[in-house]
Amino acid sequence: MNTALRILAPSLIGALVLLAWEWAVRAYAVPPYILPGPLLIGQTLLRDWGTLSGSLWITAQITFAALFVAAALGLALAILFAQSRVIEMSLYPYAVILQVTPIVAIAPLIIIWADDLWLALLICAWIVAFFPILSNTTTGLNSVDPNLRDLFRLYRASRWQVLWRLQLPGAMPYFLAGLRISGGLSLIGAIVAEFVAGTGGASSGLASRILESGYQLQIPRMFAALVLVSAFGILIFLALALISHLLLRRWHESER
Amino acid sequence: MEGVSLDVAEGDFLALLGPSGCGKSTLLRMIAGLIEPSAGRFAWREDLAARREIGFVFQEHTLMPWASALRNVALPLELAGTPRREAECRAAEWLARVELAGFEAAYPRQLSGGMRMRVSIARALVTRPRLLLMDEPFAALDEITRFRLNADLLKLWQEERFTAIFVTHSVFESVFLAERILVMSPRPGRVSAELRVPPEHRATEEFRTSPVYAAHCRAVSHALAVAMAV
Repeated sequence: MNTALRILAPSLIGALVLLAWEWAVRAYAVPPYILPGPLLIGQTLLRDWGTLSGSLWITAQITFAALFVAAALGLALAILFAQSRVIEMSLYPYAVILQVTPIVAIAPLIIIWADDLWLALLICAWIVAFFPILSNTTTGLNSVDPNLRDLFRLYRASRWQVLWRLQLPGAMPYFLAGLRISGGLSLIGAIVAEFVAGTGGASSGLASRILESGYQLQIPRMFAALVLVSAFGILIFLALALISHLLLRRWHESER
Repeated sequence: MEGVSLDVAEGDFLALLGPSGCGKSTLLRMIAGLIEPSAGRFAWREDLAARREIGFVFQEHTLMPWASALRNVALPLELAGTPRREAECRAAEWLARVELAGFEAAYPRQLSGGMRMRVSIARALVTRPRLLLMDEPFAALDEITRFRLNADLLKLWQEERFTAIFVTHSVFESVFLAERILVMSPRPGRVSAELRVPPEHRATEEFRTSPVYAAHCRAVSHALAVAMAV
């Protein structure tokens, strides 16, 4: 009953809003280049599926590659930080600088510097996605139960044993929470970078479709691309939530 | 802490009793080598200094929440390099000895407070230490569970004959468990009295309600009152 309601209630709201939208567009005869109705958006999505799905695929590639690199590097750097306070103190401020600098402002530079546009987009998406993973995992590695740490010390565990058997499993929920944030952020990073790169060049991800449709006043297609971006973002979130659930459900409070 | 000096003979069951802040936990951690004393030293019988000979039971269960009961108990063996299969085999034996056979695959959060503490005790004993240090291990448990664990701990001690040092703030617990009770007083922490409970009647539930037990409890309570008045 509860699960059914949790799916049913928001679906109902969604359907009602779409219906009202469609009705309003028709009743007030709003032209499609101002606001297309959901039906027209759906039709456009089906008609242009060939080009749009190709663009989605490119955006997806950049997003996943950025997320993967962010996860790997974030984890590696967090482990390095956990080994030495001095390393953490010397490098952490730069990670923060990387995080607080607006990606829109540095994207043009990166696009100029990187030879390959695909690589430039990847770097932009990575910069945005990297910090939550680094920051969360570092917190996780440092918040080990002090008694457990004493226990490992009592049994003369090596640094490696402490890391592998105590710190990494303990940091897992933090890492996964970071990953969930970064999943959405890497998509945003990829889209923003594409926007900056513009429609020119070989890039033809979803963002350049949105730009292109805007220039050509093909607003229904713009909306269709927008729908795809949102749907893809939701999919990433759900996938990461599922991974997190599968890994933590047996022991962590957050997945009870 | 100041001027604390104590001899522990092999196979003793010693209780450190005192109010909070008297340094009993600190003393225990020093013995375990987790804290270095600012002055003074510990002399060990032959090679006990190899710390693998020490087991430690913390105030909380201190189990790894991501590992099953079996994996938790196997941990000390695996840290010492015992092959996984053998470590798990011995861990399963010890789980059975603390009456948790069948709970090998359970995660800590699926176990009750008393069961978690049993896992913790099994983990401390799996390396068959010569010295078992316990830091108010049952303080957070309800009385019924505590009484059962007291009796089971005493049984394990009679079978294994490790040396036990048990920190507690419960007069009744100390009289039930220990042969020697050191009463400590706070600020600065030191030993203010030592009492003995002859072992004849111990380790039976009847002992808890016997006049002998009551007499010992009265004596220890008195010593504690004196220690705290100083």
